[in-house]
Amino acid sequence: MATVELRQVTKRYGAVEAIRGIDVAARDGEFLVLLGPSGCGKSTLLRMVAGLESITGGEIAIGGRRVDGLEPKDRDIAMVFQNYALYPHMSVFDNMAYGLKIRGLPKAEIRARVTRTAEMLELAPYLDRRPSQLSGGQRQRVAMGRAVVREPAAFLFDEPLSNLDAKLRTQMRLEIKRLQARLGVTSLYVTHDQVEAMTLADRILVMNQGVAEQIGAPLEIYSRPASLFVAGFIGSPPMNILDARIADDGRGLLLGGGGRIALPGPLAAEAGQPVKLGIRPEHLKPTAGPGGLSLTVELSEALGAETVLYGRLDGGQPAQLRMAGMPAHRPGDVLPVTADPSDLHLFDPRTGRRRPDTEQPGWAERRISAVS
Amino acid sequence: MQRRAIFKGRLLPYLLLAPQVAVTVLFFLWPAGRALWQSVHLQDPFGLYSEFVWFENFQAVLSDPNYLGTVQVSVLFSAAVAGLSLSVALLLAALADTKIRGAGLYKSLLIWPYALAPAIAAVLFLFVFNPEIGLLGRAMNGMGLGWDYRLNGGQALLMVVLAASAKQISYNFIFFLAGLQAIPRSVLEAASIDGAGPVRRFFTITFPLLSPTTFFLLVVNVVYAFFETFGTIHALTRGGPGKSTETLIYRVYQDGVVSNDLGGSSAQSVILMVIVIALTAIQFRFIERKVHYA
Ligand SMILES: Nc1ncnc2c1ncn2[C@@H]1O[C@H](COP(=O)(O)OP(=O)(O)O)[C@@H](O)[C@H]1O
Ligand SMILES: [Mg+2]
Repeated sequence: MATVELRQVTKRYGAVEAIRGIDVAARDGEFLVLLGPSGCGKSTLLRMVAGLESITGGEIAIGGRRVDGLEPKDRDIAMVFQNYALYPHMSVFDNMAYGLKIRGLPKAEIRARVTRTAEMLELAPYLDRRPSQLSGGQRQRVAMGRAVVREPAAFLFDEPLSNLDAKLRTQMRLEIKRLQARLGVTSLYVTHDQVEAMTLADRILVMNQGVAEQIGAPLEIYSRPASLFVAGFIGSPPMNILDARIADDGRGLLLGGGGRIALPGPLAAEAGQPVKLGIRPEHLKPTAGPGGLSLTVELSEALGAETVLYGRLDGGQPAQLRMAGMPAHRPGDVLPVTADPSDLHLFDPRTGRRRPDTEQPGWAERRISAVS
Repeated sequence: MQRRAIFKGRLLPYLLLAPQVAVTVLFFLWPAGRALWQSVHLQDPFGLYSEFVWFENFQAVLSDPNYLGTVQVSVLFSAAVAGLSLSVALLLAALADTKIRGAGLYKSLLIWPYALAPAIAAVLFLFVFNPEIGLLGRAMNGMGLGWDYRLNGGQALLMVVLAASAKQISYNFIFFLAGLQAIPRSVLEAASIDGAGPVRRFFTITFPLLSPTTFFLLVVNVVYAFFETFGTIHALTRGGPGKSTETLIYRVYQDGVVSNDLGGSSAQSVILMVIVIALTAIQFRFIERKVHYA
């Protein structure tokens, strides 16, 4: 068990900067998920921790020991690959025993460890089979077993569930979570699937184009996205991002077409300034009272437990609204809607970052307390 | 979707097949049939008179101590050619599979020798190994190594092995390289994370995963060494000195064409036919059973 620390890690492929200075430290026993869209550099980062890819700059330390100059085998890590990367010509037993044999463990101990791991992963009946004689889910378990049996300082997972069907994925997700909690081994887990990230992670590192956009607990990231990118990436359906201006009195935002929404705190100094306003679809609520926004419904998707309305706000900006149950709204209906001031996210349109004033008391208190 | 040519009438398809059938009959079936017929007959050198003699020709061939010597030379030669060309090709392919500069050029250059006619390749070897005018031959003699493949049987065998292997290395290289590139990179990465160094990775992962390719190439190379090296041997040593480079296929020519013993030569051909049929059968059996790693 160990910490995994990355300090100002960079990676350059020729002229392409795949990783542009990432700082993160996974605590001992922590489950850290690297989340981001395809091509953002997640795998590259993980492979640099594994030693499969050299680093261009920075430092990597595992358990306080600098490892970025070491061979993969000397880093005391185990990795689970997206395609499992099992040894096709070896039995399940030999797949799991391979690393132990190389380390020269006594035969009896190898047998004991492999058997114990196989039982834990319900692989005991398949120890004599070749990987080609296993189902996708079983192969996935063997890949996990091969990592677990080595008892490494850290696990590295690169999209281990993306080759499974949806049902099996949910099931294996739970199993990975349980296994990691039981073994308490520090884990770095790469995925592009936000549901996986939200359910598995102690903390999530959201990546975009080789940069860490935000690091935090899943709900913290959900409720206080640090940038427009994170706001749009986390949550399904995604957060509504609207163009707005600060009203002259500084106590509200104008959305064009007469739409106005109240702010929790005054921003008088910046009257007239443009901002990007984020409102999650579930925070946009129909209201009976006046003085809010109005949504012209264009499309309604009833999913049973909830309904998603697609429409346009005053001024024509597209927005989505998520409601419980099966409300009967038709295309063409105009719905007065509003949002709780504390559910508003304000971003600087130039930098794309969350505005610092939204971190002030009165902005976020209610939201955080609602979460924790 | 299936694409199928539809022909009207029966004539055209047969016409299209005819050249291939004619070649097969003329150059394979007819000679094979002649060999079978001749192998059980005794003929005078002018073909005017023949007599059915059952298996006397086979008896004569198999009880000739010289023939056993030829078998030994053949086995040694084939094993050496297959071993040398396979191992050198595998080494080169393993190197070409790593990220080296100029890999593309290197790969193309390695494929060229395969396009060389055996006789031309043999002449090139003569320029290198000839004791008087060959580059290497002269250098070796200059160092006092006493190189002359025209007198020393061992040296002659070594030279024909080298010459016969050279061409085959290209062929094996292509297959090995394709085989290596079919091994998923992540499997080797998993092994290196499991603690295996490059040498151990090669012997415990790469080589076993290449075994279907290796086996296929082994049979192809043995068949090549047995049956397709006549030109090389003929151009370099003509089976000599003595009989030190006379392989089974070369002896068929020696006895039949040079010594005019048609019956004995045909019996040897039939024996070779049996060997090639057996090798092909083994090949097919194993290819059918070939392990598919996926
Ligand atoms: N070997 C390589 N050579 C050049 N560019 C690469 C290489 N590997 C990855 N990249 C680039 O680095 C970026 C990040 O890739 P990757 O880490 O695989 O993304 P992710 O796993 O997040 O989908 C991509 O733009 C990719 O094209
Ligand atoms: Mg990836």
